[in-house]
Amino acid sequence: MNTPVTPDVPVETIPSRKKSFWRTLLHQKALLLMSLPFVIHVIIFKYVPIWGWTLAFQNYWPGKKFFEQAWVGFENFRWLFRDPIFYQVLRNTLAMSIIQLVFGMTSSIILALIINEVRLVFFKKTAQTISYLPHFISWVVAAILGRDALSTDGGIVNEILMKLHIIKEPIMFLGIPKLFWWIIGASYVWKEVGWGAIIYLAAIASVDPNLYEAATIDGAGRLRRIWHVTIPSIQPIIVIILVMNMGFLLSSGFEQQYLLQNGRVIDYARVFTIYELDYGIKMMRYSFATAVGIFRSVVSLVLVFATNYIAKRLGQERLL
Amino acid sequence: MKKRRMRLTKEDIILDFVVYTTLIFLVIITLYPFLNTLAVSFNDALDSSKGGIYLWPRKFTLYNYRSLLNRNQVYHASLISVLRTVLSTLFCTFSTAMVAYALSRKEFVLRKIFSFIYVLTMYIDGGLIPTYFLMRSLKLTNNFWVYVLPGLVTAFNLIVIRTYINGLPESLIESARVDGAGEFTIFTRIVLPLCKPVLATIALFVAVANWNSWFDTFLYNSSNAKLSTLQYELMKVLQTANSMTGSLEQALAQAATGTTNTITPRAVRATMTVIVTVPIAVVYPFLQKYFVHGLTLGGIKE
Repeated sequence: MNTPVTPDVPVETIPSRKKSFWRTLLHQKALLLMSLPFVIHVIIFKYVPIWGWTLAFQNYWPGKKFFEQAWVGFENFRWLFRDPIFYQVLRNTLAMSIIQLVFGMTSSIILALIINEVRLVFFKKTAQTISYLPHFISWVVAAILGRDALSTDGGIVNEILMKLHIIKEPIMFLGIPKLFWWIIGASYVWKEVGWGAIIYLAAIASVDPNLYEAATIDGAGRLRRIWHVTIPSIQPIIVIILVMNMGFLLSSGFEQQYLLQNGRVIDYARVFTIYELDYGIKMMRYSFATAVGIFRSVVSLVLVFATNYIAKRLGQERLL
Repeated sequence: MKKRRMRLTKEDIILDFVVYTTLIFLVIITLYPFLNTLAVSFNDALDSSKGGIYLWPRKFTLYNYRSLLNRNQVYHASLISVLRTVLSTLFCTFSTAMVAYALSRKEFVLRKIFSFIYVLTMYIDGGLIPTYFLMRSLKLTNNFWVYVLPGLVTAFNLIVIRTYINGLPESLIESARVDGAGEFTIFTRIVLPLCKPVLATIALFVAVANWNSWFDTFLYNSSNAKLSTLQYELMKVLQTANSMTGSLEQALAQAATGTTNTITPRAVRATMTVIVTVPIAVVYPFLQKYFVHGLTLGGIKE
């Protein structure tokens, strides 16, 4: 969008590139000094753990040296695919990711359309500012607020439902397994709806005003202008964001699940990271938990590349 | 336009009604939990357990705050939280900007390979256990520096700052070079001051992420109470509440052993939540000024 192209001026490196590589590098030692230490840092913290994937092919025993470990090939993966909990985890992760994706996006798009219809500037700004706020608080705080709102002991949700005579007794919402996915979805929407709307608002702001003008002349009211001008105009960005987010179906957050779960709903709350924590850190089955991590990383990587490819095919450049 | 707005059609009125009621509803459900928590935190704990506290305290007290802030653990955790946030923000912003400058130089021969090394990290993830083992072998468990070191330069921040530097007028940098300035001088004297807006964005994001983080404490430093952070303390308060859903006596007993018997788990939770959220609320106006900018900058490369 606003990346002005700076003229490319390779001053010194035009003749005999290969020969002068080291000489050029020597010449650029200041730049090298500024970047190399951090590149080494990122290699240590991001790439060395990949080497740790070897754990999954061993029967790792703490204290033994690397070459003394028993190598078991794909044994851990065979265990993984035979573990019924694995399929439960896969189901929970996918279900909650999809709920978050669908409801998160829909609510953000609707909010953007609504904010765009507000004419009172002060009201618009205030509502927007407030709607972003929850994005910046931690999931710990959000989980506490959500838990207190849903509590049986004076929680606001139960109180309102009782005042309206919809229910007679307070419901322990967080103790009902079937509800857990939806509570996660609702808390996600509560926290991220305003933040998610920013990108759609930006897209709406860049719609050509002539289109609205033309639609008005053709006799379209505000609703029909939203339907026939605004929504078709932001459709490309909606598709791109949808596709991009599908790349993160397995790697989306675990904090809210971890923080809102309890023993009664664990069968519906357990997602990949919780699974890895339970087996890896608590039960110390390091090799098995590493195999879980590898499964998640590899499937995510495939998803990300597949969705990026689709996004490119759909013509991302139109957006940017 | 003015004339058209004069005659409001039925559709306009209905639409406006829907728009304003939805937004007011959104504002209420966003703010209510915060305001309610604030009210409970300033209300007498035993009085709160009778229920009926909504937006305003009924029996005003500062006791909850006094008893929590007097607890060494809370006090110490606040110090650690502040320290990690300040150090991470400073180190992270400065080093990311420095690498971004080096990688923005078109003539730098290692620019492509170094950029690739960073960008790849956005797609691969070593996973929980290998990363945990790495931290252990680097002696970063039970160590304060695990809060600062691992996330020093991240690919996303790097790309955002580099994109910004690429947009700066090259002539400024060239003329400084002609005047004999070295790369580091150019970076600190010319590029850094020009990058203020983007650096503010990144700094604020890093600060918020660090302040809000609890998982690293949980994973690496949970056995050392001296390294606990506020979010982790709050998380423990939440876990206690989760594990005894419904049984109030048990909760009261728990609270009694913790401090005195005039503070309840609900009051502890509310007061801690406020303590943890206030810093965010304080920086929020500054955040707001920059984050939309930051988001669109990030959007360019996403």
